[in-house]
Parts: sequence; structure tokens; C-alpha cells
Amino acid sequence: MNPKRSTFLFSVLCFGMAFLYVPMALLVLYSFNHSKLVPVWGGFSLRWYKTLFTSEEVWNALTLSLQVAVVNATFATLLGTLAGLALVRFGRFRGRTLFTGMISAPLVMPEVITGLSLLLLFITMNELLGWPSSRGVTTITIAHITFSMAYVAVIIQSRLSGVAQDLEEAAQDLGGKPLRVMFDITLPLLAPGMLAGWLLAFTLSLDDLVIASFVSGPGANTLPMLIYSRVRLGLRPDINALATIIIMTVAIGVALAGYLLMRQRKQIDRDRQMAAAGAAT
Amino acid sequence: MTSATSAATDVYLERPWLDAAAEPFIRIQGVSKRFGDFTAVENVDLDIYRGELFSLLGGSGCGKTTLLRMLAGFETPTVGRITIDNADMTEAPPYQRPVNMMFQSYALFPHMNVADNVAYGLKRDRVPKNEIARRVAEILSMVELQEFGKRKPHQLSGGQRQRVALARALVKQPKVLLLDEPLAALDKRLREQTQFELMNLQERLGVTFIVVTHDQEEAMTLSTRIAVMDAGRIIQVGEPGEVYERPKTRKIANFIGSINTFDGRIVTVDGDAGELALSCPAFSSPLKVPREADLKAGQKATLAIRPEKIMMSKDAPEDRALARLQGEVVELAYMGNLSIYRVQVDGDGGDNNDGDGGDIIQVTAPNLQRVDRRNIEWDDRVWLSWRPDNSFILRD
Amino acid sequence: MPPRPDTAGLFPRAGAAQAWHNWRRHFSDFAQTHWRELTIAVPYLWLLVFFLVPFFIVLKISLAESLIASPPFSPLIEWAEGEALRIRIIFDNFAWLLEDELYVQTYLNSLKISTVSTVLCLLIGYPIAYAIVRAPPGARHILLLLIILPFWTSFLLRVYAWIGILADRGTINNFLMWTGVIDQPVRLLYSEFAVYLGIVYSYLPFMILPLYANMEKLDATLREAASDLGAHPATTFFTVTLPLTVPGIVAGALLVFIPATGEFVIPDLLGGGNVLMIGKVLYGEFNANHDWPVAAAVAIALLVVLVAPMMLYQHFQSREMEPGKWR
Repeated sequence: MNPKRSTFLFSVLCFGMAFLYVPMALLVLYSFNHSKLVPVWGGFSLRWYKTLFTSEEVWNALTLSLQVAVVNATFATLLGTLAGLALVRFGRFRGRTLFTGMISAPLVMPEVITGLSLLLLFITMNELLGWPSSRGVTTITIAHITFSMAYVAVIIQSRLSGVAQDLEEAAQDLGGKPLRVMFDITLPLLAPGMLAGWLLAFTLSLDDLVIASFVSGPGANTLPMLIYSRVRLGLRPDINALATIIIMTVAIGVALAGYLLMRQRKQIDRDRQMAAAGAAT
Repeated sequence: MTSATSAATDVYLERPWLDAAAEPFIRIQGVSKRFGDFTAVENVDLDIYRGELFSLLGGSGCGKTTLLRMLAGFETPTVGRITIDNADMTEAPPYQRPVNMMFQSYALFPHMNVADNVAYGLKRDRVPKNEIARRVAEILSMVELQEFGKRKPHQLSGGQRQRVALARALVKQPKVLLLDEPLAALDKRLREQTQFELMNLQERLGVTFIVVTHDQEEAMTLSTRIAVMDAGRIIQVGEPGEVYERPKTRKIANFIGSINTFDGRIVTVDGDAGELALSCPAFSSPLKVPREADLKAGQKATLAIRPEKIMMSKDAPEDRALARLQGEVVELAYMGNLSIYRVQVDGDGGDNNDGDGGDIIQVTAPNLQRVDRRNIEWDDRVWLSWRPDNSFILRD
Repeated sequence: MPPRPDTAGLFPRAGAAQAWHNWRRHFSDFAQTHWRELTIAVPYLWLLVFFLVPFFIVLKISLAESLIASPPFSPLIEWAEGEALRIRIIFDNFAWLLEDELYVQTYLNSLKISTVSTVLCLLIGYPIAYAIVRAPPGARHILLLLIILPFWTSFLLRVYAWIGILADRGTINNFLMWTGVIDQPVRLLYSEFAVYLGIVYSYLPFMILPLYANMEKLDATLREAASDLGAHPATTFFTVTLPLTVPGIVAGALLVFIPATGEFVIPDLLGGGNVLMIGKVLYGEFNANHDWPVAAAVAIALLVVLVAPMMLYQHFQSREMEPGKWR
């Protein structure tokens, strides 16, 4: 590649990464600022972390959010996997078009509409069935499952198209009944996709403000709702501390996952090379 | 029992398809398969006998794989019937058929090691554990992979993977083994070696093999019989020699090897001698060639001769019974073991009266001399000749 | 000596175990024969109840009358009275949207902001995606990871980061005043500029990833072939690379445009009271004014605006996901 163009591309990358990461870096930096005025440096301090950790409100919101996120991720993975299987492996069935539409619509539906419509559903259901009489953890979880399962279904669909149908046919050919083949072959090979789906559903739930605000009731504040109620009035250094913790957790998690994946891939490459070399001799 | 009938019985034992009374092991009757508007397999009738190594040969999209998948149970015929060993298998699901398949991709389960892959089918049949272990060990040593039971598929070379796939399909002792392009993923050297291993194995186990392949050489080497497929239909079934030496149509002749053709008209048919005489503008006198049953005098017909059946010399051949032509070498390709010559025949005979000289005839000849001692070169005048009974009549 | 087992107590439990066993057998028979139906039915029912039905409720309520009550809309059941009433009610909520210049203005403004942001994302994202594809393979994975990583952190907090940067006494103003370029803070926060910045910042990865996926599949030899045939690098780009990356551009543009149009957090936190967008109005109509029928009507109107791009995206998505056909 000619050096001029390579310099151009390199500076594009530098600009892009700076754009994405400088705001986050500032967020982290200010969390260690002693001053109450966030962007005015007043010396290094951990006082905002202390404020954060001693706030019962924060702990409650965090617990609630994690609870919702775990239940949501589990159910969304289950439902999304079923939906993905149905769409990729079962060919035509009645109502397939509607199903395809419903499973992919939440991906592009504006959050305000999803939130509003689910709230109105819960209210109508309460009117007609007497459930849910109050809104909170349950309604938030249901709302989250509804849109997260769409994301899981997309991941599962793309993984399933990758899992060669040959393998399933081979298992059937060797005497495995379809359900057996599903548990012996399809699901084990789908496990990484399901894990990815679970993690995505988990973070989607932790990240959601709008839908949770609509379907939540009094007293049930998720972490994003708490953050929002604080920051809409301006800068809060303790929120910077919280942001720092979140960013660090994610960064460490992603780096670790990336490292493990890379190591696994290298191992497989090495195995392949050895196998080929062994056959040649 | 006279020696004559015993010889005939021996022939029938080895070649049951010649015996009208022999009972086919696999019967495919009137089978068609349509996918929407597209007909993948059309009205196929085929009988395959126990212990055969039968090949389905054809280009891509000819329907051979769909036919194989119907035998395995992955597709159901739109119309028609398939029976295996007198049991109707038309609608049976793959997991209830006495048939196993070796996939083109091998389809080894990547999350299981070699031994577990091979044991999978036995476990599904609820074979006792110790017997599974015994049979897996036995089949792995048969394919010389006894040391590799604990390896995962990605830790094997291509040839080893192929043998695992073979072992996995054979360990269930199926009545029929289906092989979808079994050698396509191997490199040339390995392919030749594996061909013979496959044949030995089949002979040893006596299992009926049905092989799908697009490689005509592979089909020639392996098979007891070949079915040539085109556009969903079977266009010829026969032993390799028969399909090669007496192809029914120009299409088959061109698909398997190459041919030279001459247009002509039938002069006389001699039923007793099993001959007919064909007059072609390219030749001075009518040629006597083996008779095709349904051809009559006065009909148009095409004479065909394989390039390797043609002799080439600088001097005119003595034998007046030979078909002969004279021409000039216009192209020459050196292939190492043999050479391909293209000879332009004198005159403006043959089918194209376009005034640019006669037909181009292709001749292959073994390189009996080293290339620097080759006695026929570009632009040499040569005589081409062949025994007329080595040529055959084509219908279009 | 160990205590003797209480056989009397065991019997009913054994009965229960038997029942459980029977039930399990029945269930496993049922699963064996009907698992396909079950696999489809469970997510299907969930989506019917929690996605399709709510949508019709919104539609219904958008046609209802607003009341000062709880729930603040006329009961749905009273509706069977006749077509005339229905027409009047439809007219009410939707006509309100059309008559009030504020709503029309808001819609137009939302579309303007999301369109301009989409174009900006494309202009910034395309060279970045291109640079990642052309980076050495080892670096490529890390760069991609860096693009994806913000996805996993909080969206809300990333928007919040810009408050600190853009505020009157924020990073930029502090810096400019310190260098002496200005002596009064410049208004950056609570402006349309801030909203653009926020949207581009938040949605840039949505543009880069589909573009990258598309470009990665492009055969590098195509570019080489073009230059071998005498095309200047710029010509190669405009005649080969750009036309072949149109699918990526469309996918990325839709992924930015659709959510940006309905965005609530960014205009609320960075636009303040100065920037009107539909998502914000809907949220306010619902939570502050408690006018649910109008909120529902706003939602329906938003859907009408977005239905074409949403269907387009679904079309693309389903084409990508087409299950393998027979061979």
C-alpha cells in the first residue's frame, strides 16, 4: 500500500478511536476529582466512590437491575433460541410470516413505542384479569424479555445457518430421532451462540432506561432510572464514579473474553497444522 | 451339471444384472422429485443388486445427489417407490433405514472425539457398552486409526477424516452404504490410493455401496456398474466398459472421454453377422461396424471412434479392412505419458462443407519413444486407421 | 443400629413418585411427537401477547377520548355505539396532531435531525470501517473489539459524558477560557449541535459494524484487478468499492436513522428544552401531561413515519437470514 494512503487511513483510525474513547476517558478522569464541580480539577480523591458505595439507593437499584437482567437474559435466551430454531430449521409453517415480522420488529421499534404499548397492555390486563395489580420487577422483566429475545433470535439464526445441516442429517442417518439430534448435535454446537445471546440480553437489560421507565411502578427504580433522575439535573461526580466502575468491568470482561477466544483459535490452528504435517510424513 | 451352465451361473453370481431371474436388492421404481417448479429427478427406474459397487455419475445439478438423499431418507419422492431388501422405504425417516451415508463434507461432529463419533450410531441403537467399545476399536483398526480415538476431528488430516467418516457409517453394518463424492475433498495422490482401499473394503465386507460422483475416471475404476444421469434422468446404465465402449448417445460419449464423429447413412444391415454397413462421405467405401438392434437400412447415423483406438503412421496401412484417412498434424500436445494429436483430414468431407478443409480428428497415442525421438511432428502428413469394429454407432 | 425407615410414610410418597414418573413419561411422549409445535408455539404466544396485542391497544387508545381520570381515557368497551362516534374520536386525537403546529414542527425536526445525523455517521463511519478492513489482520480484531466495546457499556452514561464536555463550565469551555480564546462560556449544551454530536457519538458503531461486515466480504482481488486494468485508486474506489458496499451503507443508515428518529435520552439530556423531538414529546405527553390518547396517537404517527424504513430493514435482514435451500 502506498505510504500516503496508509497514513490517511491511520489518522482516520486515530480520529475515530479518539472520538469514541476521549469522552469516556474524561468520564473516568473526573471520577477521581475532589471538586464537586465535575469539570474543574480539584485534586485526586476517591471521595465519590465512597459516596457511591454508601448510598443505599444505588445498591437497591443495582440489585434490582441485576435481578431483572439475569432473569431476562435466561428467558430471552430460551425463547430466542426456540424462535431461531423454528425459523431456520422448520421450513414453512402456518403463520410464519407474522412470526418473522414479530420477532424482528422489536429490533427496530423505537423504545418509546415499545414502552408505551407494553404499559398500556399491563394496564388493560389489570383491568380485565386483575393482573399485574402493581408494576415493578415483573413488568420490567417481561418488557425486557420481549425485546431481548428478538436480539437472541437474530444471533441464533445466524449461528444456525452456520451449523452445517450436514451434521444434523448425519446424526439422523446414524439413527438419531429428531429430538435426540437436537440435544446431541444442534444445541451443543449452538452453545456459544446462546452464551453470546445471554450476554447481549443481559447488557441490553442493564442498559435500558426508556422501556423500564414506562412499565415500572412506584418504588421500583432500575440503575439506569436512578442515573437518569440524577443526571438530568446536571453533573454528578458520584455518577462519574459509577460510570468508571461500569467501564472498567466491561473493559476487563471484553479483554478477557477476547484473549481466551484468541488463545482457543490459535490452539485450533496449531492442531490443524500438526494434523496436516502428520499426514504428510 | 454341465460345465457350460456352471460357467453361466458363475457369471450370474458376479454379474447378477445379466440374470433376468435375479432379485434386485434395491428397487427404485418410477421415482420423481420436484422442488416447486423444478424437477430434480424425473421418472427414475433402477435395480441394484446385493454386493454391488454402484455409481451415479453426472455433472452438477443432474439429480444424482437428490436421488442419493432419497435413498438415505432426507428427501421423500414426489412420486414413485423405493424398496430395500424387500422393505418399502419410500416414506421411512432416515433414522429408521438400514442405510448409512458418508457425507461429502464428512459431517464429523466437531464436539465429539473420533471414538464418540464412531460410537454415535451404535449408542442410538442401544448396543451394550462393552460391545460398542469392541466394535469401535475393531472398525478403527480396520481403517488404521486405532491410535486416534481420542482426537477431535479438527486434529486430523483430510485423509484421516475421510476414514473416520467411513468407519462411522460402516460400524452400524448397514445393508447399503451411500457415499456422496467420497474422494472429492482429497488431493489427487491420496485419491488414487483411497480408491483402491475403498474397493478392498467393499469386497471384504460385502456391503452394497452406492457412490455419487462427478468424476468419470473414479466411476470407471470403482464401479461394478454405472448409471449416467443428466437433467434428472438416467440416460444409460451399464458396466464401465459398456458405458465407455458403447455409449448410447453423443452426450454420454462426450461426458465420458472424448470422441470423433462422422455423419453417414446406413447402407445394409446384416443380421446374421451382427454388422451393418455405413457409408460416410469421409471414406471411400462403406464401413462395417457392430450392429445396433433398431437401426434400418437408409437411416442416418453417426459413426464414432475413441481417440486412443486410432493408429497413426507415416506410411499407408497395408490392411485394406481398416477404416483409413489421410491428413496433416495441426496440433500436438505432449502430456508426458501420452500425446494428443489433432489431425486435419484431407478434402472437404464430413459434415461441414465450409471449404476450409476436412474435419479435425483427435488421436491419442502412448509416447513409446522419448519426446526428442518423436517421429511425428507438426505439419507431418499422416495416415489414420482403425479397425471398424472398434467404432460404434451413436444416436442423438 | 440405624433408625428403621418409616414405611408408612413412604407409601404415599411412592405413589407421588409413581405419578411423577407417569407424568414424565406422558410428557416425554408428548415432547417426542409434538416438540416442533412446542418450539414454535412458546415464542409465538409470547410475542402475540406482549408484542402484537399491545400494538392494537395503542391503536385503540389513540382513537379514544382523553379524560381526567384513572385510567385517563374513555373506556374501550363503550365503543360499540356506532361508527359516527368512532369517526369523531379518530378525528379528535389525530386532528389535534395536525392542527397543532408544535407537533408538525416536532415531526419535521425529528426527521431532519435523524437524517443529518445518519449522513454524518456515514461520512465518519465509512472511512473508519474502510481503515479497519485494510488494517493488518492482528490489529483488525482489536480495532473491531474497540468499536464494539462501547455497546457493552451504558448508553446513558456515554451520553452523560458529553454533558461534562459541553456544559457552560465543561471541558471545552474551560479549555477555551483558559487559553484566552473566549472570556464568556459559549453555549454548547442544550442546543441542536449537542444533539447531533450525541446521536453521532452513540450510533456511530451501528454504522461502522454493518459497513465492516460488508467490506470484509469484498474480494481484495477485485480492487487489484481494477488497478491492474489501469484504474487510479480513486477511480477504483468510486467504480468498484463504493457500488459493492451499498448494501452495507443501506443497513448502517437504517440502523442509525430508525432509532435516532424516536430517540428520547439524547434530546432530553443534551437538547434540554430547546430541541423538540417526537420521542421526547411522547414521553412528556405521557408522563407529565397524562394525556394517554394523544401519546398513543403520537406513537401511531411515529410508526407511520418509520414503517417504510423498518420494512426495508426487515427485508434486508430476512434476506441475510434466508435458510439454506436444498442442494
